Amino acid sequence: MPLLTPFLHLTLPSPIVLASGIWGTSAALLARAAAAGCGAVTSKSAGPEPRRGHVNPTCIDWGAGLLNAIGLPNPGATHEVDILREAKAELAHTGAALIASFFADTVENFGRVAAILAQAQPDLLEANISCPNVHSEFGEPFAATAQSAAAVTRAVKQAVPHIPLIVKLAPDTPNIGRIAAAVVDAGADAICAINTMPGMLIDVESGQPILHNRRGGVSGPALFPIALRCVYEIHQAVPNTPIIGTGGVTTGKDAAAMLMAGATAVGVGSAIHYRGPDALTLIRDELAAWLDSHGHDSPAAIHALAHREPRYDLHPTPAPIPK
Amino acid sequence: MLPQAARIVETQRENANTRTFVFDAHWRARPGQFLMAWLPRFDEKPFSLVDDDPVTITVAAVGPFTRLLHRLEPGDRVWLRGPLGRGFRPEGQRMLLVGGGYGSAPLDFLARRAKNAAITAVIGARTAADLLFVERLARSGADVQVTTEDGSAGEKGLVTAVVEPLLARGGFDALYACGPHGMLAALEALARRHRVPAQLSWEAYMRCGLGLCGSCEHQGRVLCLEGPVLSFNNCSSRGRSFTRHV
Repeated sequence: MPLLTPFLHLTLPSPIVLASGIWGTSAALLARAAAAGCGAVTSKSAGPEPRRGHVNPTCIDWGAGLLNAIGLPNPGATHEVDILREAKAELAHTGAALIASFFADTVENFGRVAAILAQAQPDLLEANISCPNVHSEFGEPFAATAQSAAAVTRAVKQAVPHIPLIVKLAPDTPNIGRIAAAVVDAGADAICAINTMPGMLIDVESGQPILHNRRGGVSGPALFPIALRCVYEIHQAVPNTPIIGTGGVTTGKDAAAMLMAGATAVGVGSAIHYRGPDALTLIRDELAAWLDSHGHDSPAAIHALAHREPRYDLHPTPAPIPK
Repeated sequence: MLPQAARIVETQRENANTRTFVFDAHWRARPGQFLMAWLPRFDEKPFSLVDDDPVTITVAAVGPFTRLLHRLEPGDRVWLRGPLGRGFRPEGQRMLLVGGGYGSAPLDFLARRAKNAAITAVIGARTAADLLFVERLARSGADVQVTTEDGSAGEKGLVTAVVEPLLARGGFDALYACGPHGMLAALEALARRHRVPAQLSWEAYMRCGLGLCGSCEHQGRVLCLEGPVLSFNNCSSRGRSFTRHV
Protein backbone atom coordinates (compact mmCIF):
# COMPACT_ATOMS: atom_id res chain seq x y z
CA MET A 1 0.00 0.00 0.00
CA PRO A 2 1.69 3.23 -1.09
CA LEU A 3 1.43 5.94 1.55
CA LEU A 4 2.69 8.74 -0.68
CA THR A 5 1.34 11.99 0.66
CA PRO A 6 1.28 15.20 -1.36
CA PHE A 7 2.00 18.06 1.01
CA LEU A 8 2.37 21.55 -0.46
CA HIS A 9 5.17 21.31 -3.07
CA LEU A 10 6.42 18.00 -1.63
CA THR A 11 5.46 14.36 -1.94
CA LEU A 12 6.16 12.74 1.42
CA PRO A 13 6.92 8.99 1.46
CA SER A 14 4.36 8.59 4.26
CA PRO A 15 1.93 10.86 6.12
CA ILE A 16 3.65 10.16 9.46
CA VAL A 17 5.59 13.17 10.78
CA LEU A 18 8.00 13.15 13.72
CA ALA A 19 6.58 15.87 15.96
CA SER A 20 8.71 18.74 17.18
CA GLY A 21 10.39 18.24 20.54
CA ILE A 22 10.66 14.50 20.09
CA TRP A 23 14.15 13.19 19.26
CA GLY A 24 14.82 16.31 17.14
CA THR A 25 18.02 17.20 18.97
CA SER A 26 20.45 15.48 16.61
CA ALA A 27 20.85 14.58 12.95
CA ALA A 28 21.31 10.94 13.95
CA LEU A 29 17.91 10.76 15.66
CA LEU A 30 16.12 12.68 12.88
CA ALA A 31 17.60 10.27 10.33
CA ARG A 32 16.56 7.33 12.49
CA ALA A 33 12.95 8.60 12.56
CA ALA A 34 12.99 8.95 8.78
CA ALA A 35 14.36 5.43 8.38
CA ALA A 36 11.61 4.20 10.73
CA GLY A 37 8.94 5.41 8.31
CA CYS A 38 8.35 9.12 8.79
CA GLY A 39 7.52 11.11 5.68
CA ALA A 40 8.83 14.22 7.39
CA VAL A 41 10.79 14.88 10.57
CA THR A 42 10.68 18.01 12.69
CA SER A 43 13.73 19.32 14.51
CA LYS A 44 13.56 20.48 18.12
CA SER A 45 12.50 24.14 18.25
CA ALA A 46 15.47 26.48 18.07
CA GLY A 47 15.41 30.02 19.41
CA PRO A 48 17.49 33.18 19.07
CA GLU A 49 19.89 32.23 21.89
CA PRO A 50 21.05 28.95 23.46
CA ARG A 51 18.78 27.75 26.31
CA ARG A 52 19.32 25.12 28.98
CA GLY A 53 15.63 24.34 29.45
CA HIS A 54 13.90 23.73 32.76
CA VAL A 55 15.20 21.92 35.83
CA ASN A 56 13.92 18.32 36.28
CA PRO A 57 11.36 16.84 36.64
CA THR A 58 10.51 17.88 33.10
CA CYS A 59 8.31 15.00 31.96
CA ILE A 60 5.97 12.66 33.78
CA ASP A 61 3.73 9.75 32.77
CA TRP A 62 0.62 10.20 34.94
CA GLY A 63 -1.42 7.28 33.65
CA ALA A 64 -3.70 8.70 30.95
CA GLY A 65 -1.06 10.82 29.29
CA LEU A 66 2.20 12.64 29.75
CA LEU A 67 2.86 16.07 31.20
CA ASN A 68 6.02 17.89 30.15
CA ALA A 69 7.78 21.19 30.57
CA ILE A 70 11.16 20.62 29.00
CA GLY A 71 11.53 24.38 28.55
CA LEU A 72 12.81 24.62 24.96
CA PRO A 73 16.45 23.63 25.53
CA ASN A 74 18.35 24.30 22.31
CA PRO A 75 21.79 25.34 21.10
CA GLY A 76 20.56 28.61 19.53
CA ALA A 77 19.66 29.28 15.91
CA THR A 78 23.22 29.75 14.67
CA HIS A 79 24.39 26.36 15.92
CA GLU A 80 21.07 24.78 14.94
CA VAL A 81 21.95 25.54 11.30
CA ASP A 82 24.82 23.01 11.56
CA ILE A 83 22.47 20.33 12.97
CA LEU A 84 19.90 21.02 10.23
CA ARG A 85 22.56 20.85 7.49
CA GLU A 86 23.82 17.54 8.83
CA ALA A 87 20.25 16.23 9.13
CA LYS A 88 19.40 17.30 5.60
CA ALA A 89 22.40 15.42 4.25
CA GLU A 90 21.49 12.29 6.21
CA LEU A 91 17.83 12.49 5.12
CA ALA A 92 18.65 12.86 1.42
CA HIS A 93 18.45 9.17 0.59
CA THR A 94 15.23 8.59 2.59
CA GLY A 95 13.02 11.03 0.70
CA ALA A 96 11.74 12.38 4.02
CA ALA A 97 11.29 16.14 4.36
CA LEU A 98 13.05 18.19 7.02
CA ILE A 99 10.88 20.61 8.99
CA ALA A 100 12.85 23.21 10.96
CA SER A 101 10.92 24.26 14.06
CA PHE A 102 11.69 27.52 15.80
CA PHE A 103 10.45 29.95 18.42
CA ALA A 104 11.33 33.46 19.57
CA ASP A 105 10.51 35.98 22.25
CA THR A 106 9.32 38.77 19.93
CA VAL A 107 7.61 39.06 16.54
CA GLU A 108 10.80 40.54 15.04
CA ASN A 109 12.96 37.73 16.41
CA PHE A 110 10.67 35.12 14.79
CA GLY A 111 11.69 36.63 11.45
CA ARG A 112 15.34 36.82 12.48
CA VAL A 113 15.51 33.18 13.63
CA ALA A 114 13.68 31.97 10.51
CA ALA A 115 16.21 33.80 8.33
CA ILE A 116 19.11 32.13 10.18
CA LEU A 117 17.59 28.63 9.94
CA ALA A 118 16.82 29.20 6.25
CA GLN A 119 20.59 29.04 5.61
CA ALA A 120 20.31 25.26 6.08
CA GLN A 121 17.57 25.14 3.42
CA PRO A 122 15.08 22.99 5.32
CA ASP A 123 12.13 21.81 3.21
CA LEU A 124 9.66 23.53 5.52
CA LEU A 125 9.73 25.96 8.45
CA GLU A 126 7.50 25.49 11.48
CA ALA A 127 6.84 28.49 13.69
CA ASN A 128 6.22 27.26 17.24
CA ILE A 129 4.00 30.04 18.58
CA SER A 130 2.35 27.76 21.12
CA CYS A 131 4.87 26.37 23.63
CA PRO A 132 2.88 26.40 26.90
CA ASN A 133 5.94 26.12 29.14
CA VAL A 134 7.80 29.41 28.91
CA HIS A 135 5.12 31.78 30.27
CA SER A 136 7.31 33.12 33.04
CA GLU A 137 9.90 34.31 30.52
CA PHE A 138 7.97 34.99 27.31
CA GLY A 139 4.47 35.82 28.52
CA GLU A 140 1.37 34.58 26.77
CA PRO A 141 2.04 32.42 23.68
CA PHE A 142 1.61 34.21 20.34
CA ALA A 143 -0.97 31.54 19.46
CA ALA A 144 -3.33 32.95 22.09
CA THR A 145 -4.79 35.66 19.84
CA ALA A 146 -5.45 35.91 16.12
CA GLN A 147 -3.64 39.26 16.00
CA SER A 148 -0.34 38.10 17.52
CA ALA A 149 -0.41 34.78 15.60
CA ALA A 150 -0.90 36.66 12.34
CA ALA A 151 1.82 39.18 13.21
CA VAL A 152 4.38 36.39 13.69
CA THR A 153 3.27 34.75 10.45
CA ARG A 154 3.71 37.97 8.49
CA ALA A 155 7.16 38.60 10.02
CA VAL A 156 8.38 35.11 9.09
CA LYS A 157 6.94 35.21 5.57
CA GLN A 158 8.58 38.57 5.02
CA ALA A 159 11.96 37.30 6.29
CA VAL A 160 11.84 33.98 4.41
CA PRO A 161 9.35 34.13 1.53
CA HIS A 162 10.86 31.17 -0.34
CA ILE A 163 10.40 28.35 2.22
CA PRO A 164 6.82 27.24 2.96
CA LEU A 165 5.74 28.05 6.52
CA ILE A 166 3.81 25.82 8.91
CA VAL A 167 2.36 27.56 11.97
CA LYS A 168 1.88 25.38 15.07
CA LEU A 169 -1.23 26.30 17.04
CA ALA A 170 -2.26 25.89 20.68
CA PRO A 171 -5.42 24.05 21.76
CA ASP A 172 -6.30 26.34 24.68
CA THR A 173 -8.22 28.95 22.79
CA PRO A 174 -12.00 29.32 22.49
CA ASN A 175 -11.96 29.38 18.68
CA ILE A 176 -8.97 27.70 17.03
CA GLY A 177 -10.58 28.00 13.61
CA ARG A 178 -10.47 31.79 13.89
CA ILE A 179 -6.73 31.69 14.75
CA ALA A 180 -6.08 29.30 11.84
CA ALA A 181 -7.93 31.59 9.43
CA ALA A 182 -5.91 34.58 10.67
CA VAL A 183 -2.52 32.91 10.13
CA VAL A 184 -3.53 31.56 6.71
CA ASP A 185 -4.70 35.05 5.79
CA ALA A 186 -1.30 36.35 6.95
CA GLY A 187 0.51 33.96 4.61
CA ALA A 188 0.89 30.63 6.45
CA ASP A 189 1.15 27.75 3.97
CA ALA A 190 0.12 25.00 6.41
CA ILE A 191 -1.02 24.47 9.99
CA CYS A 192 0.33 22.07 12.60
CA ALA A 193 -2.27 21.37 15.27
CA ILE A 194 -1.89 21.02 18.11
CA ASN A 195 0.76 21.78 20.68
CA THR A 196 0.29 20.27 24.15
CA MET A 197 -2.58 21.31 26.45
CA PRO A 198 -1.53 23.21 29.60
CA GLY A 199 -1.89 21.18 32.79
CA MET A 200 -0.45 20.48 36.23
CA LEU A 201 0.23 17.55 38.52
CA ILE A 202 0.65 17.74 42.30
CA ASP A 203 2.41 15.13 44.43
CA VAL A 204 0.12 14.76 47.43
CA GLU A 205 2.86 13.42 49.72
CA SER A 206 4.87 16.62 49.39
CA GLY A 207 1.97 18.89 48.44
CA GLN A 208 4.07 20.26 45.58
CA PRO A 209 3.70 20.47 41.79
CA ILE A 210 5.73 17.62 40.27
CA LEU A 211 7.12 19.52 37.29
CA HIS A 212 9.77 22.00 38.33
CA ASN A 213 8.09 24.51 36.01
CA ARG A 214 4.90 23.76 38.02
CA ARG A 215 2.77 23.74 34.84
CA GLY A 216 3.39 21.79 31.67
CA GLY A 217 1.77 20.46 28.52
CA VAL A 218 -0.44 17.37 28.41
CA SER A 219 0.32 14.95 25.57
CA GLY A 220 -0.37 11.30 24.82
CA PRO A 221 -3.79 9.57 24.78
CA ALA A 222 -5.43 12.29 26.93
CA LEU A 223 -4.68 14.83 24.21
CA PHE A 224 -6.04 12.80 21.30
CA PRO A 225 -9.75 13.82 21.36
CA ILE A 226 -8.76 17.44 21.91
CA ALA A 227 -6.44 17.32 18.90
CA LEU A 228 -9.10 15.67 16.71
CA ARG A 229 -11.61 18.37 17.61
CA CYS A 230 -9.10 21.13 16.86
CA VAL A 231 -8.10 19.63 13.48
CA TYR A 232 -11.78 19.21 12.60
CA GLU A 233 -12.49 22.86 13.40
CA ILE A 234 -9.39 24.11 11.58
CA HIS A 235 -10.35 22.17 8.46
CA GLN A 236 -13.79 23.76 8.61
CA ALA A 237 -12.21 27.21 8.84
CA VAL A 238 -9.48 26.76 6.20
CA PRO A 239 -10.49 23.75 4.07
CA ASN A 240 -7.79 24.31 1.44
CA THR A 241 -4.86 24.52 3.87
CA PRO A 242 -2.93 21.33 4.66
CA ILE A 243 -2.86 20.39 8.34
CA ILE A 244 -0.36 18.23 10.22
CA GLY A 245 -2.69 16.70 12.82
CA THR A 246 -0.70 16.10 16.00
CA GLY A 247 -1.73 15.10 19.50
CA GLY A 248 -1.93 11.70 21.14
CA VAL A 249 -1.78 9.59 17.99
CA THR A 250 -0.68 6.16 19.22
CA THR A 251 -2.06 3.69 16.66
CA GLY A 252 -2.72 3.44 12.94
CA LYS A 253 -6.44 3.87 13.63
CA ASP A 254 -5.70 7.09 15.52
CA ALA A 255 -3.80 8.28 12.44
CA ALA A 256 -6.76 7.35 10.21
CA ALA A 257 -9.11 9.33 12.47
CA MET A 258 -6.77 12.32 12.27
CA LEU A 259 -6.84 12.18 8.46
CA MET A 260 -10.64 11.91 8.58
CA ALA A 261 -10.81 15.01 10.81
CA GLY A 262 -9.10 16.97 8.05
CA ALA A 263 -5.37 16.39 8.47
CA THR A 264 -3.14 15.76 5.44
CA ALA A 265 -0.27 14.40 7.55
CA VAL A 266 -0.14 13.04 11.09
CA GLY A 267 2.34 14.06 13.78
CA VAL A 268 3.59 11.43 16.24
CA GLY A 269 5.53 12.03 19.45
CA SER A 270 4.53 10.62 22.83
CA ALA A 271 3.66 7.29 21.18
CA ILE A 272 7.40 6.55 21.29
CA HIS A 273 7.04 6.39 25.07
CA TYR A 274 3.95 4.20 24.94
CA ARG A 275 5.09 1.78 22.24
CA GLY A 276 8.88 2.20 22.18
CA PRO A 277 11.15 3.47 19.41
CA ASP A 278 9.38 1.24 16.88
CA ALA A 279 6.16 3.26 17.33
CA LEU A 280 6.74 5.30 14.16
CA THR A 281 7.01 2.17 12.02
CA LEU A 282 4.13 0.43 13.78
CA ILE A 283 1.75 3.37 13.30
CA ARG A 284 2.73 3.75 9.64
CA ASP A 285 2.24 0.04 8.96
CA GLU A 286 -1.05 -0.13 10.88
CA LEU A 287 -2.38 2.83 8.91
CA ALA A 288 -1.36 1.19 5.64
CA ALA A 289 -3.03 -2.09 6.64
CA TRP A 290 -6.19 -0.31 7.76
CA LEU A 291 -6.47 1.67 4.53
CA ASP A 292 -5.84 -1.49 2.52
CA SER A 293 -8.41 -3.57 4.40
CA HIS A 294 -11.03 -0.85 3.87
CA GLY A 295 -10.42 -0.52 0.14
CA HIS A 296 -8.72 2.87 0.24
CA ASP A 297 -5.81 3.34 -2.14
CA SER A 298 -4.12 6.27 -0.38
CA PRO A 299 -4.22 8.37 2.79
CA ALA A 300 -5.82 11.13 0.70
CA ALA A 301 -8.84 8.85 0.13
CA ILE A 302 -10.02 9.37 3.71
CA HIS A 303 -8.96 13.01 4.02
CA ALA A 304 -11.70 15.02 5.79
CA LEU A 305 -14.10 12.07 5.56
CA ALA A 306 -15.68 13.09 8.88
CA HIS A 307 -16.88 16.30 7.25
CA ARG A 308 -18.96 14.36 4.71
CA GLU A 309 -21.79 12.92 6.78
CA PRO A 310 -24.13 10.18 5.57
CA ARG A 311 -27.71 11.14 4.64
CA TYR A 312 -30.77 9.15 5.79
CA ASP A 313 -34.40 9.39 4.70
CA LEU A 314 -35.61 9.51 8.28
CA HIS A 315 -34.72 11.85 11.12
CA PRO A 316 -33.63 10.58 14.57
CA THR A 317 -36.32 10.76 17.24
CA PRO A 318 -35.59 13.72 19.51
CA ALA A 319 -35.21 13.04 23.21
CA PRO A 320 -38.35 13.80 25.27
CA ILE A 321 -38.45 17.05 27.21
CA PRO A 322 -37.86 16.11 30.87
CA LYS A 323 -40.94 16.53 33.06
CA MET B 1 5.10 6.28 36.43
CA LEU B 2 4.78 8.97 39.10
CA PRO B 3 7.55 9.58 41.65
CA GLN B 4 6.96 7.51 44.79
CA ALA B 5 7.96 8.87 48.19
CA ALA B 6 10.53 6.62 49.88
CA ARG B 7 12.21 6.94 53.27
CA ILE B 8 15.92 6.58 53.81
CA VAL B 9 16.47 3.68 56.23
CA GLU B 10 20.26 3.72 56.30
CA THR B 11 23.20 5.72 54.95
CA GLN B 12 26.88 4.81 54.88
CA ARG B 13 30.03 6.63 53.82
CA GLU B 14 31.89 4.97 50.94
CA ASN B 15 34.80 7.37 50.44
CA ALA B 16 35.73 11.02 50.91
CA ASN B 17 32.71 12.43 49.02
CA THR B 18 30.50 9.42 48.34
CA ARG B 19 27.56 8.14 50.40
CA THR B 20 25.25 5.18 49.96
CA PHE B 21 21.51 5.49 50.67
CA VAL B 22 19.23 2.54 51.38
CA PHE B 23 15.48 3.19 50.96
CA ASP B 24 12.36 1.47 52.25
CA ALA B 25 11.50 0.54 48.64
CA HIS B 26 11.72 -2.91 47.13
CA TRP B 27 12.00 -3.33 43.37
CA ARG B 28 12.96 -5.97 40.85
CA ALA B 29 15.60 -4.51 38.53
CA ARG B 30 18.69 -5.32 36.49
CA PRO B 31 22.12 -4.03 37.41
CA GLY B 32 22.85 -1.04 35.17
CA GLN B 33 19.27 0.22 35.34
CA PHE B 34 18.77 3.59 37.02
CA LEU B 35 16.27 5.62 38.98
CA MET B 36 15.37 9.31 39.05
CA ALA B 37 15.58 10.78 42.57
CA TRP B 38 13.48 13.89 43.19
CA LEU B 39 13.52 16.46 45.96
CA PRO B 40 10.34 18.53 45.46
CA ARG B 41 10.90 22.06 44.16
CA PHE B 42 14.66 21.42 43.95
CA ASP B 43 15.74 19.01 41.20
CA GLU B 44 15.57 15.42 39.97
CA LYS B 45 18.68 13.46 38.94
CA PRO B 46 19.47 9.95 37.64
CA PHE B 47 21.42 7.41 39.73
CA SER B 48 22.55 3.88 38.97
CA LEU B 49 20.96 1.23 41.15
CA VAL B 50 23.43 -0.30 43.58
CA ASP B 51 20.74 -2.72 44.71
CA ASP B 52 17.05 -3.22 43.97
CA ASP B 53 15.81 -4.89 47.17
CA PRO B 54 16.05 -2.73 49.15
CA VAL B 55 16.51 0.06 46.61
CA THR B 56 20.02 1.46 47.12
CA ILE B 57 22.00 4.22 45.40
CA THR B 58 25.49 5.60 45.91
CA VAL B 59 25.85 9.34 45.49
CA ALA B 60 28.95 11.49 45.04
CA ALA B 61 28.58 15.07 46.28
CA VAL B 62 29.44 16.94 43.11
CA GLY B 63 26.73 19.62 42.81
CA PRO B 64 23.89 21.33 44.68
CA PHE B 65 21.48 18.38 44.40
CA THR B 66 23.93 15.72 45.53
CA ARG B 67 25.24 17.95 48.35
CA LEU B 68 21.65 18.35 49.54
CA LEU B 69 21.13 14.57 49.36
CA HIS B 70 24.24 14.07 51.51
CA ARG B 71 22.63 16.16 54.27
CA LEU B 72 19.63 13.82 54.47
CA GLU B 73 19.38 11.25 57.25
CA PRO B 74 17.47 8.05 57.96
CA GLY B 75 13.75 8.89 58.13
CA ASP B 76 14.02 11.66 55.51
CA ARG B 77 12.11 11.25 52.26
CA VAL B 78 13.28 11.16 48.64
CA TRP B 79 10.89 10.62 45.71
CA LEU B 80 11.93 7.83 43.33
CA ARG B 81 10.97 6.86 39.76
CA GLY B 82 12.27 3.59 38.41
CA PRO B 83 13.71 1.21 37.52
CA LEU B 84 14.42 2.95 34.21
CA GLY B 85 16.43 2.04 31.12
CA ARG B 86 18.10 -1.16 30.03
CA GLY B 87 20.71 -2.70 32.27
CA PHE B 88 23.49 -5.25 32.03
CA ARG B 89 22.72 -8.82 31.12
CA PRO B 90 25.21 -11.17 32.78
CA GLU B 91 26.44 -13.60 30.15
CA GLY B 92 29.22 -16.16 30.13
CA GLN B 93 31.27 -17.78 32.84
CA ARG B 94 34.25 -15.42 32.80
CA MET B 95 33.33 -11.77 33.11
CA LEU B 96 35.62 -8.73 33.02
CA LEU B 97 34.15 -5.71 34.85
CA VAL B 98 35.73 -2.28 34.44
CA GLY B 99 34.74 0.78 36.47
CA GLY B 100 36.15 4.26 36.23
CA GLY B 101 35.51 6.86 38.94
CA TYR B 102 31.86 6.77 40.05
CA GLY B 103 31.26 4.23 37.27
CA SER B 104 31.98 1.34 39.61
CA ALA B 105 28.61 2.01 41.34
CA PRO B 106 26.53 -0.55 39.35
CA LEU B 107 29.31 -3.14 39.01
CA ASP B 108 29.03 -4.73 42.45
CA PHE B 109 25.28 -5.19 41.83
CA LEU B 110 26.24 -6.91 38.57
CA ALA B 111 28.83 -9.10 40.30
CA ARG B 112 26.28 -10.22 42.90
CA ARG B 113 23.77 -11.05 40.14
CA ALA B 114 26.31 -13.10 38.17
CA LYS B 115 26.50 -15.69 40.91
CA ASN B 116 28.23 -18.52 39.11
CA ALA B 117 30.64 -16.56 36.94
CA ALA B 118 34.34 -16.00 37.61
CA ILE B 119 34.71 -12.25 37.83
CA THR B 120 37.72 -10.03 37.35
CA ALA B 121 37.15 -6.37 38.17
CA VAL B 122 39.42 -3.48 37.25
CA ILE B 123 38.59 -0.37 39.25
CA GLY B 124 40.20 2.95 38.41
CA ALA B 125 40.12 6.40 40.00
CA ARG B 126 42.17 9.57 40.15
CA THR B 127 43.59 8.87 43.61
CA ALA B 128 43.32 6.19 46.31
CA ALA B 129 40.76 8.37 48.12
CA ASP B 130 38.47 8.35 45.06
CA LEU B 131 38.37 4.55 44.67
CA LEU B 132 34.86 3.18 45.02
CA PHE B 133 33.54 -0.31 45.82
CA VAL B 134 36.91 -2.10 45.83
CA GLU B 135 36.09 -3.90 49.09
CA ARG B 136 32.46 -4.53 48.09
CA LEU B 137 33.56 -6.21 44.85
CA ALA B 138 36.12 -8.30 46.72
CA ARG B 139 33.42 -9.37 49.19
CA SER B 140 31.23 -10.34 46.22
CA GLY B 141 33.97 -12.73 45.12
CA ALA B 142 35.60 -10.71 42.34
CA ASP B 143 39.33 -10.69 41.71
CA VAL B 144 39.86 -6.93 41.98
CA GLN B 145 42.69 -4.96 40.38
CA VAL B 146 43.12 -1.26 41.08
CA THR B 147 44.55 1.62 39.08
CA THR B 148 44.98 5.26 40.11
CA GLU B 149 46.10 8.14 37.96
CA ASP B 150 48.54 9.38 40.61
CA GLY B 151 49.77 5.93 41.63
CA SER B 152 48.54 6.31 45.24
CA ALA B 153 47.01 2.81 45.02
CA GLY B 154 47.45 -0.12 42.65
CA GLU B 155 48.91 0.40 39.19
CA LYS B 156 49.67 3.99 38.21
CA GLY B 157 47.72 5.04 35.13
CA LEU B 158 44.37 4.37 33.49
CA VAL B 159 42.25 1.20 33.61
CA THR B 160 42.95 0.56 29.93
CA ALA B 161 46.62 -0.14 30.75
CA VAL B 162 45.48 -3.10 32.86
CA VAL B 163 42.57 -4.15 30.65
CA GLU B 164 44.57 -4.33 27.41
CA PRO B 165 46.89 -7.18 28.54
CA LEU B 166 43.95 -8.97 30.20
CA LEU B 167 42.00 -8.94 26.93
CA ALA B 168 45.14 -9.84 24.95
CA ARG B 169 45.67 -12.88 27.17
CA GLY B 170 42.10 -13.91 26.33
CA GLY B 171 39.71 -16.05 28.30
CA PHE B 172 36.92 -13.52 28.94
CA ASP B 173 33.43 -14.15 27.62
CA ALA B 174 32.39 -10.51 27.90
CA LEU B 175 33.45 -7.06 29.03
CA TYR B 176 31.16 -4.92 31.22
CA ALA B 177 32.05 -1.32 31.91
CA CYS B 178 30.77 1.92 33.35
CA GLY B 179 32.64 5.20 33.58
CA PRO B 180 33.58 8.37 31.73
CA HIS B 181 32.95 8.52 27.97
CA GLY B 182 36.66 8.64 27.15
CA MET B 183 37.27 5.43 29.09
CA LEU B 184 34.30 3.69 27.47
CA ALA B 185 35.38 4.75 23.97
CA ALA B 186 38.87 3.36 24.64
CA LEU B 187 37.41 0.10 26.05
CA GLU B 188 35.05 -0.18 23.07
CA ALA B 189 38.05 0.00 20.73
CA LEU B 190 39.93 -2.60 22.80
CA ALA B 191 36.94 -4.95 22.88
CA ARG B 192 36.55 -4.69 19.12
CA ARG B 193 40.24 -5.31 18.55
CA HIS B 194 40.20 -8.41 20.75
CA ARG B 195 36.77 -9.54 19.53
CA VAL B 196 35.17 -9.65 22.95
CA PRO B 197 31.43 -8.86 23.31
CA ALA B 198 30.94 -5.78 25.44
CA GLN B 199 28.20 -4.11 27.45
CA LEU B 200 29.01 -0.48 28.14
CA SER B 201 27.00 1.86 30.38
CA TRP B 202 27.11 5.42 29.02
CA GLU B 203 26.46 8.36 31.30
CA ALA B 204 24.24 11.10 29.88
CA TYR B 205 22.14 14.03 30.99
CA MET B 206 18.71 12.46 31.45
CA ARG B 207 15.92 14.96 31.06
CA CYS B 208 12.51 13.38 30.28
CA GLY B 209 13.58 9.84 31.21
CA LEU B 210 10.92 8.53 28.80
CA GLY B 211 12.91 8.27 25.55
CA LEU B 212 11.30 11.35 24.00
CA CYS B 213 13.26 14.55 24.41
CA GLY B 214 16.56 13.37 22.90
CA SER B 215 18.75 15.03 25.56
CA CYS B 216 20.59 11.77 26.28
CA GLU B 217 21.23 10.81 22.64
CA HIS B 218 24.42 8.80 22.05
CA GLN B 219 25.26 7.07 18.77
CA GLY B 220 21.67 7.61 17.58
CA ARG B 221 20.16 5.97 20.67
CA VAL B 222 18.17 7.56 23.48
CA LEU B 223 20.08 6.27 26.50
CA CYS B 224 17.31 6.78 29.09
CA LEU B 225 15.16 4.23 27.25
CA GLU B 226 17.52 2.15 25.10
CA GLY B 227 20.52 2.47 27.43
CA PRO B 228 22.33 3.40 29.51
CA VAL B 229 23.86 0.01 28.71
CA LEU B 230 24.56 -0.49 25.01
CA SER B 231 26.00 -3.79 23.98
CA PHE B 232 27.70 -5.19 20.94
CA ASN B 233 28.85 -8.62 19.98
CA ASN B 234 32.11 -8.70 18.06
CA CYS B 235 31.63 -12.31 17.18
CA SER B 236 28.74 -11.49 14.84
CA SER B 237 29.47 -10.60 11.24
CA ARG B 238 27.92 -7.14 11.56
CA GLY B 239 30.60 -5.09 13.22
CA ARG B 240 28.74 -2.10 14.53
CA SER B 241 25.36 -3.47 15.46
CA PHE B 242 24.21 -2.70 18.94
CA THR B 243 21.85 -5.31 20.23
CA ARG B 244 18.99 -4.51 22.54
CA HIS B 245 18.25 -6.01 25.91
CA VAL B 246 15.02 -7.25 27.31
